[in-house]
Amino acid sequence: MKNNEKKRILTKPISRRELLKGSAFGLASLAIPIGKVDASFWEAFFQKHFREMNRDEVKAVIARLEKEYYKKYNKNFNIKTTEAIPGTLFGYGLDLSRCIGCRRCVYACVRENNQSRDPQIHWITVLRFKKGEKWVNDLERAEKYYYPEEVPEEGYFYMPVQCQQCENPPCVKVCPTQATWKEPDGIVVVDYNWCIGCRYCMAACPYGARRFNWAEPRIAREELNTNVHYLGNRPRYKGVVEKCTFCIQRTRGNPGRYPACVEICPVGARKFGNLLDPKSEIRYIIENKRVFRLKEDLNTQPKFFYFFAT
Amino acid sequence: MSIFNPFINFFRVLRQVVKGNKWYYAWVGFLSFFILLGLVAYFRQLNHGLIETAMRDQVSWGLYIANFTFLVGVAAAAVYLVVPAYVYNFKPIKEVVLFGELLAATAIIMCVMFILVDLGRPERVWHILPIIGKMHFPASLLAWDVIVLNGYLAINLFIPFYALYKLAHGREYNMQIIKPLIIISIPWAISIHTVTAFLYNGLPSRPFWNAAVLAPRFIASALCSGPALMLIIFQIVRKIYKLDIDNKAIFKIAELIAYAMGFNLFLFGAEFFKEFYSNSIHLAPMKYLYFGLHGHYNLVPWMWASLLFNLTAFVLFLLPKTREHFFSLNLACVLVIAGVYIEKGMGLVIPGFVPGTLGEIYEYTPTMVEKYITIGIWAAGALIYTIFLKFMIPIYKGELRFKSSQSKNSSLASNL
Repeated sequence: MKNNEKKRILTKPISRRELLKGSAFGLASLAIPIGKVDASFWEAFFQKHFREMNRDEVKAVIARLEKEYYKKYNKNFNIKTTEAIPGTLFGYGLDLSRCIGCRRCVYACVRENNQSRDPQIHWITVLRFKKGEKWVNDLERAEKYYYPEEVPEEGYFYMPVQCQQCENPPCVKVCPTQATWKEPDGIVVVDYNWCIGCRYCMAACPYGARRFNWAEPRIAREELNTNVHYLGNRPRYKGVVEKCTFCIQRTRGNPGRYPACVEICPVGARKFGNLLDPKSEIRYIIENKRVFRLKEDLNTQPKFFYFFAT
Repeated sequence: MSIFNPFINFFRVLRQVVKGNKWYYAWVGFLSFFILLGLVAYFRQLNHGLIETAMRDQVSWGLYIANFTFLVGVAAAAVYLVVPAYVYNFKPIKEVVLFGELLAATAIIMCVMFILVDLGRPERVWHILPIIGKMHFPASLLAWDVIVLNGYLAINLFIPFYALYKLAHGREYNMQIIKPLIIISIPWAISIHTVTAFLYNGLPSRPFWNAAVLAPRFIASALCSGPALMLIIFQIVRKIYKLDIDNKAIFKIAELIAYAMGFNLFLFGAEFFKEFYSNSIHLAPMKYLYFGLHGHYNLVPWMWASLLFNLTAFVLFLLPKTREHFFSLNLACVLVIAGVYIEKGMGLVIPGFVPGTLGEIYEYTPTMVEKYITIGIWAAGALIYTIFLKFMIPIYKGELRFKSSQSKNSSLASNL
């Protein structure tokens, strides 16, 4: 598809000369300047798994990370570690009869969650289907790279896909280091300081929801969102996996805020709420509309419900 | 006196490894060149990230994991020597079994290297270990793989090192120590390959891997490529070190390869039939491999070549006339190695990702960095094996002996 040509440019073979040049820098950066290394280097290296740290240890790590981010981006970050609110299990609804495929959600997500701009990382993928063609079970006809003048296009419909926050997440099961897990409110999170970057979770995810930092993530300083959560939108590192967290930094608040994609959607196709609250909007949708979940045959039990309001 | 013996012995081994004729130096120099090239490429990758590879979110594993999978097969195949040697006491093979075990150990070391270069954060690899890290056992098959591969490496290093250590001291090795390890190494060899197959097999998101035939096919093809590699190495070793390796051992192993390849081809046929006859949407990866999908044909010529190689080699190994003729035997070995390398390497990993879970087709072609690193690891493996043989064969032939305190030895002998 069109994308392949673009990929080719990025991955064009390099000459031996270039290779040697690049590696000289690589070698230099690798030589660990013993004695010069400050304590935070080793603190970072020996940082424990997030769920194995006590409160003081978490506090120390957050302080170190805020310092690191300041050094790197020259900006003050506020890194939250807000825990799940008891009695919440987040669910998401997406009204396919309304979605116009404008991708505003994609870019609102990128801004809110500090995704790398170069190389570009998107947590939301909007698929375009031709009306009357097969879809839902067979996504072979899905078009990810559509660039029309105007949306919606005549004869097409759209289906955004992002992390489905499975109750039975295959990505969590396969992770060899327990760097990713499901929180009590149902959000699947990643500890970016524990992930070894083996990408087994990416092979396991049936929804293509996980993204890898193939290079050092790059974001312009003025575009950084400094209001972040440790398990969510704080800036990531080269060589680790990341994914949608239902905007954990927003939704775990009292009062909470909607995820950025819900807020931005110009047609109100995106709904969000607490599945355990019988009066929530998401519960109303599940009980009254025709809902379905993606790839039900894999028994992943997504908490992401597609529906048709009209 | 005896305190210094280990040092003296170490230097004896070191001298043996460092000294050699011009062909030895040329070979080591040749390998070192490619290792250096691989290292240079790896530093570039460390510096820039895995963006230096052609892997992307759509195809998130590539050449490294393909090589890893192939080499697990090579390692597992040592069992093909162990069974006839120790269980059936087939003398000609018994004499070469040590070299098979060393090859298995070398292959596992290479596997570990291929995993390490594939990691986004190699410095955090200790997170996967139990106790100091947070190993996800038993849920993650990768955790299982860490256990079985390291266990297998330990067994295959211990047996030859122990036996040769005893030999170097002029003593017979104790069969009571070796025997249980050999017995356990047989199911263990099967387990390393089964676990590696399950690593792919357990992912319902990837229909190409999620077929029950995967693990049996892994074993069958491993029992072709590994022994074929050994046959070539044995002939080279025999020539260089003037070592007595009976033709009978070589022909027997070749015969066993024929059976394994027959079984492998049968399983392939079963898979091919099931996918094409049922013609469901899960046919897409298979179609991509053998006929191309929506104008994407990258792997098609490779897959047909692999099938042709395997079929030809099967016939050559099966017929006694071609099996026992060194030209056709070696041709068959090369064909099998190439055939299985394609089929179990890229031919296995890539169709797991094409088409992707959201239907996208991303054609993966490894970059130069990936190729250099891969060649570098192969060269490193060859160097490790060369060094093993350089000091082990003289011990084996009785030309290299260790210094040991005589009095202790004689008293031990009298006690026994």
